[in-house]
Amino acid sequence: MKILVPVKRVIDYNVKPRVKADGTGVDLSNVKMSMNPFDEIAVEEAIRLKEAGKAEEIVAISVGPAKAQETLRTALAMGADRAILVESDAEVEPLAVAKILKGIVAEENPGLVILGKQAIDDDSNQTGQMLAALLGRPQGTFASKVEIDGDAVSVTREVDGGLETVKLTLPAIVTTDLRLNEPRYASLPNIMKAKKKPLDTKGPADYGVDIAPRLKTLKVAEPAVRQAGIKVPDVDTLVNKLKDMGIAN
Amino acid sequence: MKTLVWVEHDNASVKDATLSAVTAAAKLGDVDLLVAGQGAAAAADAAAQIAGVGKVLLADDAAYANALAENVAPLIAGLAEGYDAVLFPATTTGKNVAPRVAALLDVMQISDILSVEGPKTFTRPIYAGNAIATVESSDAKLVITVRGTAFEKAATSGGSGTVEAVSGTGDAGLSSFVGAELAKNERPELTSAKIIVSGGRALKDGDTFQQLIFPLADKLHAAVGASRAAVDAGYVPNDYQVGQTGKIVAPEIYIAVGISGAIQHLAGMKDSKTIIAINKDEDAPIFQVADIGLVGDLFTVVPELTSKL
Ligand SMILES: Cc1cc2nc3c(=O)[nH]c(=O)nc-3n(C[C@H](O)[C@H](O)[C@H](O)COP(=O)(O)OP(=O)(O)OC[C@H]3O[C@@H](n4cnc5c(N)ncnc54)[C@H](O)[C@@H]3O)c2cc1C
Repeated sequence: MKILVPVKRVIDYNVKPRVKADGTGVDLSNVKMSMNPFDEIAVEEAIRLKEAGKAEEIVAISVGPAKAQETLRTALAMGADRAILVESDAEVEPLAVAKILKGIVAEENPGLVILGKQAIDDDSNQTGQMLAALLGRPQGTFASKVEIDGDAVSVTREVDGGLETVKLTLPAIVTTDLRLNEPRYASLPNIMKAKKKPLDTKGPADYGVDIAPRLKTLKVAEPAVRQAGIKVPDVDTLVNKLKDMGIAN
Repeated sequence: MKTLVWVEHDNASVKDATLSAVTAAAKLGDVDLLVAGQGAAAAADAAAQIAGVGKVLLADDAAYANALAENVAPLIAGLAEGYDAVLFPATTTGKNVAPRVAALLDVMQISDILSVEGPKTFTRPIYAGNAIATVESSDAKLVITVRGTAFEKAATSGGSGTVEAVSGTGDAGLSSFVGAELAKNERPELTSAKIIVSGGRALKDGDTFQQLIFPLADKLHAAVGASRAAVDAGYVPNDYQVGQTGKIVAPEIYIAVGISGAIQHLAGMKDSKTIIAINKDEDAPIFQVADIGLVGDLFTVVPELTSKL
């Protein structure tokens, strides 16, 4: 079985995003960029399935600017076998990304596509579900456990009330939650080896996808800032404050 | 504008987050509801009581028993023909189903809206809520998920909706429900609690978390939450996690105990009315958003606080 793993280049999760003064977006110049953390988990899961003999090949895909090559090289250094960059300098919305991925699925015929459940920049949480819809395939979203079982996959999902398990016929789409695994770090030798692994570059037009955005961003603003409050010296003062608020007797 | 809201329910009653989605939908136009489930007539009757709703469509079929996206999405996409907008609460189930509907309709979904600014214009959080985008859709139909904390809940009584059965689209044959491990919790639900006590990594282990956080929460009739670090370390189950990728909460009072205040955690609780932080590090970022801070060792502070309440 082949596994496709789409990965996105995003602001590093340790960086505090700053809104541009002109209100057009978030300032990404001179900001550290990394692979979306949920996508690292997706890559890791694919590698574990390969190590367990459940998959033969892992193809990492990124839709984004030329620099997303770095993100793909990271995936290759972790253990993906080859990569496809679908290059676009314009922002590509989840629906269009899903359409591009559908085109790649048609060429590659993977048994699984494993994606991050959301990207930490636009926080959309859509691409995996949309891809599943476009392909008419089942989806196991927010996965905390993935088990291949013959021609099906069992996915345990993190839901509001706890956990739930669904069984999906393969091929299927899985999106990762935080507790699925802990991604490995690429070793230096693997980083060197990754430079020689194949990386194809394509464009959205190769898949016949119109990436014109459906949503127009009119403005990006800072959220209301909270004023820092007071510090109380001891528990008694805190108890009095709670009493003032009417929540303690 | 005609809107359809997908109702999250447990066959008997309507989940709170749906009520916020109804309020958002009412800002766009007329509101009909869809109750899909198996044996969900009582939920449909409850939904019909919600203030301001028109029709309640009831799709009662075994295929909808566990809200599998593969089965529910085609039903909603079909019904969407008669509507200008379809809205979902931004719960895990809503977030699972909505994008599948959007793609079937060739619509770019608008996730997690915070406000309705116009018939096609909305605000939504991006970058873990560190920025708020105002977006305008050019799609003919809208598919939207609604952040529960951003809209008042519609009243659960006073409505006079009419329940109308609709035929289902059956089982897509792609997926099946195996089982669930749902937390049994006597406490208020996190997303609708008035007071929340949350614990972080500093709680050390599950037992310590139990011994310190739960008695304090009990005294305050509060729900219990946690940081990702506390969940990852196994102190409490995943459904306790508050944050960018966990639950979004906005209670009257949020008490953060031994939580540093990473942006991913703040994303889930910084709209709380009053934030109280207990942390031994006076420079912890949580104090930048806290209304009341107490610098101290939680292992002495929390038992003292619990005993004095
Ligand atoms: C993609 C992604 C998504 C994430 N999503 C979430 C999310 O949804 N929710 C979330 O919470 N996090 C999330 N995180 C993790 C987040 O970045 C932080 O790692 C996490 O919130 C830290 O948890 P914490 O504050 O409990 O632990 P720490 O950061 O380790 O903080 C522990 C705090 O306890 C204090 N402390 C220690 N001992 C004591 C004591 N004896 N008395 C008092 N105080 C003490 C310390 O001073 C410190 O401030 C996410 C991260 C990533 C990368």
